[in-house]
Amino acid sequence: MAAFSPTQVTLNTAKPTEGAGAPLIASEGVNLHYGATQALKNISLTIGERHVTAFIGPSGCGKSTFLRCFNRMNDLIDSVRITGSIKIGGQDIYSPDVDVIELRKRIGMVFQRSNPFPKSIYDNITYGLKLHGMTAKSELDATVEQSLRGAALWDEVKDRLHTSALGLSGGQQQRLCIARAIAIKPEILLMDEPASALDPIATAKIEELILELKREFTIVIVTHNMQQAARISDQTAFFYLGELIEFDTTAKIFTNPSKKQTEDYVTGRFG
Amino acid sequence: MTNTPANAKRTVGWMGIHRGHKARPVEWLAEKFIFLVSLTAILMVFLIFVFVAREALPLVLGQMNSAAARPAIPAKDMDKLKPAELQEYLGLTPAEFKGLDKEALQALMEVREEEAKEAPKDKDAKVNTTEWKYLFGAHEWSDSRPEDRHVWQPIGRIHKYNLWPLIIGSLKTTLVALLFSVPLALAAAIYVSQLSSPSLKEWLKPAIEMLSGVPSVVLGFFGLIVMATFLQSVFGYQSRLNAFVAGIALGLAVIPVVFSIAEDALTSVPRSYTQAALALGASKWQAAWQIVLPAAAPGVFAAVVLGFGRAIGETMVVLMASGNASIMSWSLFDSTRSITATIAAELAEAVFGGHHYRMLFLIGAMLFIVTFLTNLAGDLIMHRLKGRLEGKAK
Ligand SMILES: Nc1ncnc2c1ncn2[C@@H]1O[C@H](COP(=O)(O)OP(=O)(O)OP(=O)(O)O)[C@@H](O)[C@H]1O
Ligand SMILES: [Mg+2]
Repeated sequence: MAAFSPTQVTLNTAKPTEGAGAPLIASEGVNLHYGATQALKNISLTIGERHVTAFIGPSGCGKSTFLRCFNRMNDLIDSVRITGSIKIGGQDIYSPDVDVIELRKRIGMVFQRSNPFPKSIYDNITYGLKLHGMTAKSELDATVEQSLRGAALWDEVKDRLHTSALGLSGGQQQRLCIARAIAIKPEILLMDEPASALDPIATAKIEELILELKREFTIVIVTHNMQQAARISDQTAFFYLGELIEFDTTAKIFTNPSKKQTEDYVTGRFG
Repeated sequence: MTNTPANAKRTVGWMGIHRGHKARPVEWLAEKFIFLVSLTAILMVFLIFVFVAREALPLVLGQMNSAAARPAIPAKDMDKLKPAELQEYLGLTPAEFKGLDKEALQALMEVREEEAKEAPKDKDAKVNTTEWKYLFGAHEWSDSRPEDRHVWQPIGRIHKYNLWPLIIGSLKTTLVALLFSVPLALAAAIYVSQLSSPSLKEWLKPAIEMLSGVPSVVLGFFGLIVMATFLQSVFGYQSRLNAFVAGIALGLAVIPVVFSIAEDALTSVPRSYTQAALALGASKWQAAWQIVLPAAAPGVFAAVVLGFGRAIGETMVVLMASGNASIMSWSLFDSTRSITATIAAELAEAVFGGHHYRMLFLIGAMLFIVTFLTNLAGDLIMHRLKGRLEGKAK
């Protein structure tokens, strides 16, 4: 217990947005199997509206898998079997009459491995906008600039918007994917380690962006960076081997966790 | 004490890095061997071309004369000719010339004199039909309808070698084949690689690729018997066998080629692109059409180029289903004849070393050059497409 010092992390002290925290996403006893192996075990948690919720836990514990449940990206993997229920705004997103496309239009996602399209930087961002029916050139241009600025990429690429996105560096590609996801103004934004390849300055900018987006949108972020989780999230969920060990306010998780495993993990004494 | 593993053969200092290929002799040898093998492949292609072109060379150089009536020198004047002149006059190779004695040569000259006496006297009898202007230009032949025409008719009193009927025949069937097969093959490739369930894919892919295992003579037979009748009853055109029927039958041979390569190209597009599109709210179709297909463009393009090569080079199907008549016509519903079918059908009956024989090699060489240039152009375009995707070129 002695090594645990709260000064290791700076907690998010920004005032919560007015009326934030009302339950938006509710997962009830979710089990997920990849073929014969179970990746998620009976996960129940409720994510608040206009909150930032952080998923933390050691590699392979199921954070990405759980994140993909919210926009049903796991549907693409053939061997996946899911039981339990996930409701967003009271609607069961796994009910048979759900239009997955409509669901995904309202939930943005930044993937763990950056995956820009092999198209120009500009087209990468406008692709989603066009799917949403935006056609006016001026509107598209404005949104491209706005989202690239938000992702702290604008200054680096403003002169090469029409060159291929695959010519960007790894970190730039990651920021482009963030810009692409926020361009469509999703009500829920799922981010899987969005800052894993970024330098401290870009990371700070992305964190700023998340805190700003939080005023309007609900954000779920997976991160291996404890400081980051502490800085930006309102709630933190700690996963271990497919189980949800502890889920509470970030302040509680980082200063006074109720489980020994959680404490060991956030203080870096894990293993 | 150093940390060097006990068994490492490390020399003191950095001299040891100068070992060159001696460090890994087996890998070095294997690499050189593979290089040699690929070089052999290139050499083979080159040799084949040289062989084909060599047979056609006398035609290109204008050394052949196909005129029915050639001027004759009286046999009694034989002694006035130099041996070289005599050899050329009789159209003999040096070896053949050496093997003949004076009497035999005399006899040959008499035959020529006889021929000249009996030769037809009309205006076209003296025409050397292997000249370029007869190969490509229209001509009014004295033994057929009185109009300027493009005719390929190697057998007969006048040997007519106009190439247009064959070129157009090849182009027509190839065009129909590609128009029919490329959309089908690409649609199937998109479906199998992007939309179908994995279990369905396991069935569909081998089923379509099995088409390439059907011998082309069977495809030709199918086109000749089944499709010709069916298509005629649907479209109601005159001649039962024509470029259209041949093109469709040919398309069946092209489909597996285009499908197989395009499907590979589409499948090798990273799944993460599709995932990104779907996460943005694209439908499976939109992701396949707007993201995956453009990303696979170089491979898909290569598939079409290879399909073209297969179509223009295929012989049996066209020979059987096209009606095999060298008619100068742009209509798809006239009987037609391709370059390949002409070579296959006529080479056996052409006199070895004669103008007909050489003419067939000439069109063979032309076909070779066309496919080579198409592949070359295709390769260049493919590289540009690739460069654009990878962000190299603008
Ligand atoms: N497509 C898949 N097929 C089969 N098993 C999978 C698949 N994706 C993930 N898994 C397994 O599910 C478990 C959870 O994986 P997941 O990617 O969710 O971990 P994670 O918490 O995101 O790890 P990391 O921090 O390394 O990203 C792992 O044991 C992994 O091997
Ligand atoms: Mg992950």
